[in-house]
Amino acid sequence: MAGADAFFTADTALFLVQALGRTLLMTLIGCSIGLALGGALAVLRGSRAPWLAPARGLAALYIETFRRLPFLVILMLVLFCVQAFAPDLALIGVATIAVTLAASAYLSEIVRAGLESVPQAQRDSAAMLGLSWLDTLRLVMLPQAWGVILPPAAAFMVMFIKDTALASQIGVVELAFAGKILVNKGVSPVLGFGAVLILYALLSWPLGRAAKALETLLENRRGAAHHR
Amino acid sequence: MALLTIADLTAGYGGAPILNGVSLTAARGDIISLIGPSGSGKSTLLRVLMGLTPANGGQVLLDGVAVDYASKPALTALRRRMTMVFQQYNLFQNMTALANVCLAPVRALGVPEAQAEARGRELLARVGLADHLHKYPAQLSGGQQQRVAIARALAMQPDILLLDEVTSALDPERVGEVLDTVRDLAATGITMVIVSHEMAFVREISSAVVMMDAGRVIERGPPAAMFTTPAQPRTQAFMRAIIRH
Repeated sequence: MAGADAFFTADTALFLVQALGRTLLMTLIGCSIGLALGGALAVLRGSRAPWLAPARGLAALYIETFRRLPFLVILMLVLFCVQAFAPDLALIGVATIAVTLAASAYLSEIVRAGLESVPQAQRDSAAMLGLSWLDTLRLVMLPQAWGVILPPAAAFMVMFIKDTALASQIGVVELAFAGKILVNKGVSPVLGFGAVLILYALLSWPLGRAAKALETLLENRRGAAHHR
Repeated sequence: MALLTIADLTAGYGGAPILNGVSLTAARGDIISLIGPSGSGKSTLLRVLMGLTPANGGQVLLDGVAVDYASKPALTALRRRMTMVFQQYNLFQNMTALANVCLAPVRALGVPEAQAEARGRELLARVGLADHLHKYPAQLSGGQQQRVAIARALAMQPDILLLDEVTSALDPERVGEVLDTVRDLAATGITMVIVSHEMAFVREISSAVVMMDAGRVIERGPPAAMFTTPAQPRTQAFMRAIIRH
């Protein structure tokens, strides 16, 4: 096959593994920080203290903005901001910030839905017993909300692996871009993009399976809880 | 001096007041039962006392000292002295019976874990659940859950216990076991404010019965008099309606 010699080399393998690493890095770091940030925003939006009202408004504005913007536009915005204020930051850093912004906005709504799924009566009980705000969140609300939060959050992360291909547009050599570079270098498109396809599958398949397993586990536990 | 004094308490949203100037007192050891039609403000009164629903006006005094519901520390102090059992039990679904009972003493009162657990076991044994310590709420019957909720409230060692229709959500066969638990409690001399529709029980256990309607206290009296010879026409009508059933 044409270009096979150029493909089956240690350099190509290393090149693809590095690209895979960038895709993984952007997704994992962006979604992890995004989950933490999104969680904090969700908790803030669920607060009721009057003095937090302006912060609640800002959080809502942030979430609505980044949920409505296409990921490519977020990438460009971050790129231009970074170029203006921190021109030394690596492109992968720019892309990871963009992933964090998008993920935090989406995941925040998922966490919020999870927290809202816990009945108000549970909060009343915690208040009546004099539990602190943090204990109520940590020991009462979150343990009951995880079952609702985790499946869609995991599904979102698996989906977002594919969206990180857009980082190629600002020059991050992630998996999709790596395939294109290989083909431009003369590697057969079947081999080059075939490898990319397999690597994406290898990345998202186990994550998807893990999410599914988690969902089944939580569903069984909830199901068992409903039968006396 | 009265342990608990409620003075001209009002609550509600907009044009529809739920509490319309309620005044009540309870001395230490009193068991006060609130009766009256649904929507008369009985449960709201308990929620306002706990600071779960805001009051619009009036005062609550503990040992003659007004409670400042706007202050977090005051609210925390209040909740160490007064606690509540809900109609729907509201146990923490993610915790075993024992964990439900031990959580607040450890986290809110700072009781050492081992001590809280020993006390939790004792309390659950007292409400007849020694064999169910490690079961989750969903694995327990309604009556068992309600008894866990009572044990959980007692773990706070409150001076005053508020019971909000604790048997209304239960299977008829389970009502007795919860009433037995409350009866045992009454014998310990704890002060209780009870909202209940179990009239025979109210009559038997109360030191005073308070008739409420439309967010007001209509009448207060000893149980025998309230059930047989109430003074107010509204109470008379209520009693007639109950007896017909």
